[in-house]
Amino acid sequence: LYGSGAPAGDTREGLRVTQLMASIVADLPRAADREVWDPVRGAEIIGAQAHRDGAALPILHDLQAAFGYVPKASEAMIAEALNLSRAEVHGVVSFYHDFHSELPGRRVLKICRAEACQSVGGVAIAERLLARLGVQWGETTPDGSLTIEPTFCLGLCACAPAALLDETPLARIDDAGLAQLVQQAAQA
Amino acid sequence: MTRLYLPQDAAALALGADQVLHVLQSEAARRGLTLEIIRTGTRGAVWLEPLLEVETPSGRIGYGPVQPADVAALLDAGLLNGADHALCIGSPEAHPWFAGQTRLTFARCGLIDPLSVEAYREHGGYDGLARALELGPVGTIDEVKRSGLRGRGGAGFPTGIKWNTVMLAQADRKYVVCNADEGDSGTFADRILMEGDPLCLVEGMTIAGVAVGATYGYIYIRSEYPHAIRTMNGAIDAARRAGLLGADILGSGCAFDLEVRVGAGAYICGEETSLLDSLEGKRGEVRAKPPLPAIEGLFGRPTAVNNVISLASVPWIMAHGGQAYADFGTGRSLGTLAVQLGGNVTRGGLIEVPFGITIRELVEDWGQGTRTERPFRAVQIGGPLGAYFPAALLDTPMDYEAFARAGGLLGHGGVVVFDDSVNLAVQARFAFEFCAIESCGKCTPCRIGAVRGMEVVDRITAGIDTEKNFALLDDLCELMTDASLCAMGGLTPVPVVSALKHFPDDFDRVALPLAAE
Repeated sequence: LYGSGAPAGDTREGLRVTQLMASIVADLPRAADREVWDPVRGAEIIGAQAHRDGAALPILHDLQAAFGYVPKASEAMIAEALNLSRAEVHGVVSFYHDFHSELPGRRVLKICRAEACQSVGGVAIAERLLARLGVQWGETTPDGSLTIEPTFCLGLCACAPAALLDETPLARIDDAGLAQLVQQAAQA
Repeated sequence: MTRLYLPQDAAALALGADQVLHVLQSEAARRGLTLEIIRTGTRGAVWLEPLLEVETPSGRIGYGPVQPADVAALLDAGLLNGADHALCIGSPEAHPWFAGQTRLTFARCGLIDPLSVEAYREHGGYDGLARALELGPVGTIDEVKRSGLRGRGGAGFPTGIKWNTVMLAQADRKYVVCNADEGDSGTFADRILMEGDPLCLVEGMTIAGVAVGATYGYIYIRSEYPHAIRTMNGAIDAARRAGLLGADILGSGCAFDLEVRVGAGAYICGEETSLLDSLEGKRGEVRAKPPLPAIEGLFGRPTAVNNVISLASVPWIMAHGGQAYADFGTGRSLGTLAVQLGGNVTRGGLIEVPFGITIRELVEDWGQGTRTERPFRAVQIGGPLGAYFPAALLDTPMDYEAFARAGGLLGHGGVVVFDDSVNLAVQARFAFEFCAIESCGKCTPCRIGAVRGMEVVDRITAGIDTEKNFALLDDLCELMTDASLCAMGGLTPVPVVSALKHFPDDFDRVALPLAAE
């Protein structure tokens, strides 16, 4: 049974859970609007934060919030603004799992791979989703709608398996709920 | 007008709290009812979320777990008068799951609007800071020392002694840094506190600032917690507007302010020196110690780095006295522990209890066994670097020393339950895989050891040269334990060794007689 992901012997709960994911997925906020990379706009974002102590992470977060990723061209601009070498900035960008070097899908689904989610079949649920979509961890569906990323703990361990779609938390995820989510993501 | 309370904690949202709200609002409009709905944090009973509460003349009455489809029937049954229903749990405080707890740090969580300074003060908020301002730095630190408070992030270092070191350090500027990079899987106490009672953390950090002589603080929150980040930012704004942060706190002439910084998905940034490098805008690589952060921390200045729960415990300690806190607990583990019960368990959530409670009480009494209703097999305590315990060790009490003796660690208090379908060889491999993915790469035992560990476990489970590979695995675990720069590489062998010791069958290893303790 390990990995089947279905709490055994409680169909009522199973039923409620499927309806739950469906109602949350139906209520999804619109995917965030993203700007197309533009050096002038990039310089503005960097300039707004450059005066802060330890400004690198706030700048990278703001760039990614605006453009959906951290464009390679911005690294030299950050280096200039913070009086660092390009190598240092690239070292920071590449160290952290969060920062995308290329444009991800319109939405990002982070599925928890950690122990509490493993204990209720999370790994198998995630692997079945990846297989169905024909993508690997970190890849985007061919229509550009959804990027699937692994994460290690979302703090939703008492209602596992858990996932985070952009900023929408999802609990007790299952195959049917995820299928609906994929469909919804493809539409908007 | 009837007042209702509905959590907006991330777990409650994931379980449909917003959808319940929408149906409640449209049903109220349809029936011509006027409702005041206050959004709170969670009381911690995730298994009851969404837990909808109604204020009645005889106190609050709770209903949970409520789904959108239940709302109409609940209203029909008399929800607004606290009437009985299959989902009614009565007064939450009287429910055994809550009544058996000792709520000190989490006393307000789930009760109040997290962003309301008025509600916070009505429930005893800022009594602790007022007392700290009265006592001054030395008196405050003495009180924290008397409480026996130890760092709740995992290492268990006495908070008062750390603060004393920072207080005595001479510098033009000092910092208080809150480690809210709650990366340990199976833990969510920091998240629940930041979403449910963020002003308690603001107050705790302000007290720390007054005690050590720091005027500025940072809260480093992991990016996986968007809701906690929003709530914390809102609470800081509210505190600033109320004169509880800024140049003159509570009219004392003391200055303290703070800001939230967001992590970027690196587990290692929960290690305090790596966190400091990340705050400075660098790669989150571990620093060699000494110098201790208390002497040379953020931007080279003396820095008190404390976990969320350590800091959030301080307002209670200051308001009620260190001795009152030390009266709870056992041995050298004093006060309360925020246990986070999760994984394959029927009634999971946050349970605040005095140290000394046994694992069995948590798993069987609070947790009510596995969610799959299959037999219990193992529990992992203390995050991804914590030990796996079998049923035979369920009577181990939750205290730092007892856990060390049993070959484990309490860590941040996460308890993850597994049923009999778990394969501990798979879990041991995962411990190495996780370390390989999340290692900062600075020291070789961790960076290379984790990858080699994965390969060795793979060979063992494939039945290749098993005796030779078991010897290699033991050797590798010893090396990582002794030679890693920080706890990440140093503790990765803990889950592996515990899996080998307690679940040898999963590795097809002949059970060895347990060594004398």
